Amino acid sequence: MADKHSNWYEFTKGLIKQNPTLVTLLGMCPTLAVTTMAKNGIGMGLATTFVLVCSNLVISLLKNVIPKAVRLPCFIVVIAGFVTLIEFLMKGYIPELYDSLGVFLSLITVNCIILGRAEAFASKNKILPSILDGLGMGLGFTLSLFCMGSVREILGTGSWMGITIPVISENPMTVFIMPAGGFFVLGCLIALVNKIAKKKPPQEISCSSCPNAAMCKGQCRDEKEACE
Amino acid sequence: MSYILILIGCVFVNNVVLSQFMGICPFLGVSKQMKSSVGMGAAVIFVMICATAITYPVYRLLEKFGIEYLKTVAFILVIAMFVQLVEIVMKKMMPPLYKALGVYLPLITTNCAVLGVTIGNIDNGYNFAQSLTNALGTGLAFTLALLLFSGVRSRIENCDFPETFKGVPATLIAASIVSLSFMGFSGII
Repeated sequence: MADKHSNWYEFTKGLIKQNPTLVTLLGMCPTLAVTTMAKNGIGMGLATTFVLVCSNLVISLLKNVIPKAVRLPCFIVVIAGFVTLIEFLMKGYIPELYDSLGVFLSLITVNCIILGRAEAFASKNKILPSILDGLGMGLGFTLSLFCMGSVREILGTGSWMGITIPVISENPMTVFIMPAGGFFVLGCLIALVNKIAKKKPPQEISCSSCPNAAMCKGQCRDEKEACE
Repeated sequence: MSYILILIGCVFVNNVVLSQFMGICPFLGVSKQMKSSVGMGAAVIFVMICATAITYPVYRLLEKFGIEYLKTVAFILVIAMFVQLVEIVMKKMMPPLYKALGVYLPLITTNCAVLGVTIGNIDNGYNFAQSLTNALGTGLAFTLALLLFSGVRSRIENCDFPETFKGVPATLIAASIVSLSFMGFSGII
């Protein structure tokens, strides 16, 4: 394993090893909701990455100013501010993506990944590692969203990023772009990751690095691992 | 009549968990036992209705000053503050109720279904009574999904899955089948 505290490690850990969606199982709502198309997955992923990097930066700068007792409301305000910013940017420059993401763009505010990283990482680390951590986690999130979106788009509509797939497009399996297909594909992807990693599958939705971890004391199994 | 339609639409057709994908984390986390899912459901219904009752006037206030774009910030702050307040008041004044709902309350602050409902009310242009109906319906839908799924889950708990599918993947695939059954309701409105 690479040096635990090197900047490179902070960046790469979010991509595969601690991939927020497929390994630590955070941020399930947007993962399921917006991945009917690969393009939407990328859009959502990049929007989340932007918010994650900016909020990690600001929270890491303010970590000595924010009193411990009211830290969660402070984090939420910072995050909600950046979400508002990205809403404006997307509405102005990519209106079609803005329409297809809909309410889930505002709901980035309560995405467990962002609050979780703020709580578990940015509020305890220096600026550069925090930015890299946010970037890595965000790109890992984007990657898994893109994979999910690709599977669902190819099987469900028979096209991918505007390319028509010959055989499937004649008889697309519409169920894959419906809600039921979302659950199914995510279940299969997590099982696949387990198989490749040859590790015991997670038995629970972990509340490690979850913003609520402070309140549900003792129920989180591997909170330590995320912080250190 | 329109209120009944909103209610049925929320609970069956556009079920908040199974077809809109909001509040998946508590749906997968708390649905292990019947008892805890009832507690969580009751807490969510309560918070959703109160949050809607509070955020509706807040939005009108924002509108008055022409700063509607701040609604995400304002709503989440109001909801977080309200949940904390309810918890403190409940602990002091109504210990039995606190015992039943208390543990679930803090977990609801970051439940995206609550923020989703309040924002959805504004986006759909509902008036105050319609918003409250929508909140009630969504809360009921969440409880229904949680209850149904806790029943399914207690059955699959002891099934013999392939090793890689044990745990979360099996749960997600079971959720997919429950969601499939809810597709049967589409089109009744």
